[in-house]
Amino acid sequence: MSNKVIHVLYNDDDILMDAVKQTRAAHHHIEEVYTPFPVHGLDKAMGLAPTRIAIASFLYGLVGLSVATTMMRYMMIIDWPQDIGGKPSFSYIENMPAFVPVMFEMTVFFAAHLMVITFYLRSKLWPFKDAENPDVRTTDDHFLMEVAAHGDVDKLISFFENTGAVEVKVIEKH
Amino acid sequence: MYTFSSRLKTFSFVLIALGILGIGYSFLTAPKTVEDVEKILAAENAHGGHGAAHHDAGNAHGEDAHGHHAVSHDEAAASHANHGNDAHAEADHHAGADDAHAAHDEHQEHLEHVLHQLQNKPWSALYIAALFFMLISLGALTFYAIQNAAQAGWSPVLFRVMESISSYLVPGAIIVFILLVLGVLDMHHIFIWMDEDVVAHDHLIQAKSGYLNGPFFLIRAAIFMGGWIWYRQYSRKNSLLQDDANDNTHYKKNFKASATFLVFFIISESIMSWDWIMSVDPHWYSTLFGWYVFASFFVSGITAIALITVYLKGKGYLEYVNTSHIHDLAKFMFGISIFWTYLWFSQFMLMWYADIPEEVVYFKTRIEDYNLPFFGMLAMNFLFPVLILINTDFKRLSWIIVMAGIVILCGHYIDFFNMIMPATVGDRWFIGAGEIGSVLLFLGLFIFVVFTTLTKAPLLAKRNPLIEESKHFHY
Repeated sequence: MSNKVIHVLYNDDDILMDAVKQTRAAHHHIEEVYTPFPVHGLDKAMGLAPTRIAIASFLYGLVGLSVATTMMRYMMIIDWPQDIGGKPSFSYIENMPAFVPVMFEMTVFFAAHLMVITFYLRSKLWPFKDAENPDVRTTDDHFLMEVAAHGDVDKLISFFENTGAVEVKVIEKH
Repeated sequence: MYTFSSRLKTFSFVLIALGILGIGYSFLTAPKTVEDVEKILAAENAHGGHGAAHHDAGNAHGEDAHGHHAVSHDEAAASHANHGNDAHAEADHHAGADDAHAAHDEHQEHLEHVLHQLQNKPWSALYIAALFFMLISLGALTFYAIQNAAQAGWSPVLFRVMESISSYLVPGAIIVFILLVLGVLDMHHIFIWMDEDVVAHDHLIQAKSGYLNGPFFLIRAAIFMGGWIWYRQYSRKNSLLQDDANDNTHYKKNFKASATFLVFFIISESIMSWDWIMSVDPHWYSTLFGWYVFASFFVSGITAIALITVYLKGKGYLEYVNTSHIHDLAKFMFGISIFWTYLWFSQFMLMWYADIPEEVVYFKTRIEDYNLPFFGMLAMNFLFPVLILINTDFKRLSWIIVMAGIVILCGHYIDFFNMIMPATVGDRWFIGAGEIGSVLLFLGLFIFVVFTTLTKAPLLAKRNPLIEESKHFHY
């Protein structure tokens, strides 16, 4: 089993997009694409599954709402009821308008923070992690497409050179 | 070019005809004399119908304080929060008088009060619908002005739709203005501060009469409506001239006019909302009322743009409009619905928390006498759009947009209903022939005017400098 991959570098996002489409049309497997900035529509061109982070975010929001409700009900109604502005805290639902701002903020807080954390975990990002991009130029002005090299490597190289690449390298991946 | 299909035209005429019938019926069946009211109340009591309990001695008409001072009864109102101010004013007034005599007087006074409410009802229904549809076109015009002033690249393919919706502003504003003039001429009594007898016994309104008086009221209305109509006609003219132009002169003129209009608009809109809506409760005020009203008709205007765009797209017009444009409109519907809720809740929560009688009486009437429309509108304007439009894929489906749009428009009609009716008819509200007829009349007129304007110009603003970007807009 060879672990050979081909690194194809481009210097323009439009050329990259076309190359991705051609590569997929020729049934070569794109392992990953490294870009200096988000390229619009690249995920669709690569055929990646749509993100489910929105669903996760919605669920996190519901968690936040529940936490806020439980917390305030315990603090303000059960543990230490107070009479604020002539509104004795004997019932959560009757005092609900006062709790709405906290319910809203906690919903947003949970949705936002947990969504970011989820994104980092799914992207395998954490502090002090070594960079994964194989070529430093992808942080500047180059786009790198990593393709699995199966079969006739020379044919593959000439195929990628015809897609507008500025550089094509065969790399042995460990 | 768009051609106004004869089916839609017939439909709009049918709506107008039905509307006129409904309105006529509601005016003809409104009680004329105290005796009529006596019969109505007797019938209600006999049937044990709704509201029968209210018509005992202490009637609970909430903040509908015709001629009575809410402020002078602060303490009474606060300690007996279950009763309206009217009841206290009357009770105090008759405290020392002979009981039997007082009861008779009170009954007579109550009958007259109900008579006024019932006579107000068809007028209020007409006024709410007239105002609502005019404000929809104003909301669309504002959206158009924002697109121009922001030089938005996504929206120019929709400009002709927005311009057509805003064309209803001209007839709509004239109708509302006529209704305001009729009020000043004492033909109807939606605005209680226009009644000199009331003002004579009300030192709060007297203190406000430097601002709230007939002539100044009409002058303000004329200036605001004139300014909006001027911008609408001017920007439409430039937009059409730009189609055949060789340079961007007309586009730049529109940019400047739009920026100026937005400044004028946000000031005039705020004052407009005090004048035409808030002043039906001349004792009550809220400092964010202008924003609240704005959010309500802004989302309605955007919804109208989305609905008409989806309709035209379904008929095979607007070839350059793609799902990304629809998606963006749906995002605005979603976002402004939340914005509306935010303002609605901000206004509600502060007054609920402070619990100052002359403020909270506004919500008390609405929660007690208008419970269903008050909370129902919250479900229609907030819960439903938020839950259905939060999903990205749903924002691209026409039938979801149409369904959510219709719910939003109905919800915001009820919002305006809740703003006006409690002050003019009290607990005598009912969505009947007058209310439905008024909505149908103005809906028919709206459809007729908007779609007639659509036929007047090509549906693509082809020489707009951002049109290429808009055609290729892709989310």
